[in-house]
Amino acid sequence: MSRLGFVAFAAFVVFVAVLPTFVSDFKAQQYAYVGIYLIALLGLNVLTGYTGQISLGHGAFMAIGGYTSAILMVGNEQFGGPIGGGVEDFWTIPVAGVVAGLVGLAFGLPALRLSGLYLALATFAIAVAMPSAIKRFADFTGGGTGINLFGKPELTGGLTGVTVLGRQLSFNDWLYYLAWTIALVAFAVAWLILRGRTGRAFRAVRDSETAAVSSGVSLARYKTLAFGISAAYAGVAGALFAVANTYVNPDTFPIALSIFLLVGVVVGGLGGLSGLVFGAIFIEFLPLWAQGEDLGSHLPGFLVDETKKPGGPAIVYGVVLILLMFVLPSGVGGLFRRVGEAFTRRR
Amino acid sequence: MRTLLELDALEAHYGPVQALRGVSLTVGEGEVVAVLGANGAGKTTTLRAISGTVARSGVIDFDGKTLRGGPEAAARAGIAHVPEGRGTFVELTVNENLRLGAYTRRERQRVKADVKRVAEYFPWMAERGSQRAGTLSGGEQQMLALGRALMSRPRLLLLDEPSLGLAPLVVREFFRIVRELNAKEGLTVLVVEQDARIALSVSSRAYVLEVGRVALAGTSDQLQDDESVRRSYLGY
Amino acid sequence: MLPLAAFADFMQQIVSGLASGGIYAALALALVIIHRSTGVINFAQGEMATLCTYIAWTLTVNHGWSYWPAFVVTLAFSFLFGVGTHRVVIRPVEGGNVLRIVIVTIGLLIAVNGFVTWQWSGEQRQLESPFPSNTIDVGGVAISVQDIGTIAVTIGIVVLLWGLFRFTKVGLALRAAAVNPAEARLVGVRVTWMLALGWGLAATLGAVAGMLTAPSVGLDPNMMAPILIYAFAAAVLGGIDSPLGAVVGGLLLGVLLNVVSYLSQYHGFGWFTEELRLPLALGIILVVLLVKPSGLFGHAEVKRV
Repeated sequence: MSRLGFVAFAAFVVFVAVLPTFVSDFKAQQYAYVGIYLIALLGLNVLTGYTGQISLGHGAFMAIGGYTSAILMVGNEQFGGPIGGGVEDFWTIPVAGVVAGLVGLAFGLPALRLSGLYLALATFAIAVAMPSAIKRFADFTGGGTGINLFGKPELTGGLTGVTVLGRQLSFNDWLYYLAWTIALVAFAVAWLILRGRTGRAFRAVRDSETAAVSSGVSLARYKTLAFGISAAYAGVAGALFAVANTYVNPDTFPIALSIFLLVGVVVGGLGGLSGLVFGAIFIEFLPLWAQGEDLGSHLPGFLVDETKKPGGPAIVYGVVLILLMFVLPSGVGGLFRRVGEAFTRRR
Repeated sequence: MRTLLELDALEAHYGPVQALRGVSLTVGEGEVVAVLGANGAGKTTTLRAISGTVARSGVIDFDGKTLRGGPEAAARAGIAHVPEGRGTFVELTVNENLRLGAYTRRERQRVKADVKRVAEYFPWMAERGSQRAGTLSGGEQQMLALGRALMSRPRLLLLDEPSLGLAPLVVREFFRIVRELNAKEGLTVLVVEQDARIALSVSSRAYVLEVGRVALAGTSDQLQDDESVRRSYLGY
Repeated sequence: MLPLAAFADFMQQIVSGLASGGIYAALALALVIIHRSTGVINFAQGEMATLCTYIAWTLTVNHGWSYWPAFVVTLAFSFLFGVGTHRVVIRPVEGGNVLRIVIVTIGLLIAVNGFVTWQWSGEQRQLESPFPSNTIDVGGVAISVQDIGTIAVTIGIVVLLWGLFRFTKVGLALRAAAVNPAEARLVGVRVTWMLALGWGLAATLGAVAGMLTAPSVGLDPNMMAPILIYAFAAAVLGGIDSPLGAVVGGLLLGVLLNVVSYLSQYHGFGWFTEELRLPLALGIILVVLLVKPSGLFGHAEVKRV
């Protein structure tokens, strides 16, 4: 990263730290979700942006993380499962990452044989199957009803009273700081992984598998590793997602989530990190904007009325997504890079 | 002899790289003209610029009219381009390749007759019409590409490095057929070749390109006989 | 040995499996046509089909048309809709990263779904079936005319398409444009129009699938979502670039799903519940792919150094 990059990152950290002081509690919750999506996108970008493997199933890895977290906190004895629970929410998060990461590694091995669309189908199949599987193994997961994570103050960090910058945090503010602390660490870790040997190997695999092999990069090792890292990120995001949602059930992680994650990665700009913040903002806020919620006063009245009809928001969402692909061929990240180049060239 | 093709100050770019820096040449009707030169001199690009597969500027005059548009337009104007590396549809059959050659023509009966005509030059094509082009040998694919070009009844045939990767015997056979087509049917040919010796043996005139410009032009006999030209430009 | 009644029942399941498989095959074929030419899976294929089916519904119910004229007009509409979609939405993003096109088709999916809901509301509608609802007896097996009709329409469509691709000039040009666009332009094929034509054909196939689906499951904005997943699975199972594979894959999948449902009723497949239908189908396909990574009829990807 250039010096400019470091300054930008530091400024961003400060911005993230003070943001809750200026926004409502409700908004803080929404920004917390942005942080959570960012973590998932960082992971998906390792897989899709850097090694070129398309996953349409990252929601499933998030589900694994979310359920790991929920079961560790609440336990599943009440459904007849073996786990007693009682772990504080914060400590469930790394465990969720590890569990999802291991599943990702295990999945990465057979996935080696598949490429392109075939891999996309395989991952998609996992995402499609996940809700059914959760319902099927009800004594472990609570089945269709799911698990409620809320209401045990000794386990839920946000309820025990935490103070940051001299402020007693509300649950949503606590959630915000938790999500963003982890997101920024995850960002730094991703950057460290991707700038070194491993990142070079990933890119080599993406650009030409044959060339990568002939220069001594082990395809099996790096493709599987990418899957593992990517799934671990998704697991962490899923755990936070569960904590933020305060419950998990089979519909918490729908197929649409997997698809929106892919959308977020492409909007953010494949193969770059900073644009992903915009991908995450896009996932969280575009549905709200499409309903005219924040734009209400800026749009002509009749348009707002139309977007309030059933189906209206979806039309807006879809059209905006298409237009975005027209005007930003390489995502927001690509736009950043172009602006950055323009600045450095001017010297 | 009537001029069929005239290039005037033709330029072409690949992104920021300028590949042609003002090429001017003419091809007369019924003539075989060769374009020679080292790798990267702009030979292939010249053909691509004519058929419109690369961004170009300058004037291309074909049959008295200015040629505009992409390769579809060039094909419709009567230019058949046999690109470098065969240029057959490997997933389609021999017959389908030939039918595609006649894609721009509407007269069904004459197209049918032309299938027979092509088979006179390449008898094996009639027997192996339903074979997939991808399963043919390199030489056969090159012949098929030529056969396909003939199916369009071209006014001008562009041949790009036909000898590339082929055995000497096959190359000789290929050029024998080109010569025959020119002599019997008056087919006009602009051929780009790495192998100057064989190209000069079929052509009546030739141009030598150097870094995107015409460095030398003359009749094939002159170029062949001039010792210094041979040594510095043609490498034999 | 199966008892006779069970055998008749079993055969009936096979036939109705072929009927739903035919629908998957039609939509899978649409996906294959677009994948061959544009290089992506069109995620909006199902929603485009739903929209077209609503057109048929509007013509028959609101305008009192009889079924077959409405069918033909709907096909014409769907063809133009497909061509228009390619010209307006897909063409601007062609030639870049394929993921960009994928996202555009996802945007299209969301927008078309929204439009259908906005225009016709989310309420379920009933599209009439062109076939009578009785059954006929074939050697002791009661087979629904609806199923036979569906199979017949699918076969008809597949034969028509096969003829188009195999014997006509435009079909040849479509294939040429798909396998080698640069070369196709050199022989004078207008490739962008061929791609648009491919989108038109795919949309038409989708419309057929939609109109065959609606009478049995009811017409609503999300009607085609599960069908699209089955079609995607069928196309991949057959080999994503193989039209024959799409048809075989669709039929296999339709029969397989019905047979498993059937067996679960009789033969101690107690663990199988309806909600496992889709995961099971996908699971089987995954196993097939692991053995044969480019599908049953696909060509292995050529790796270049």
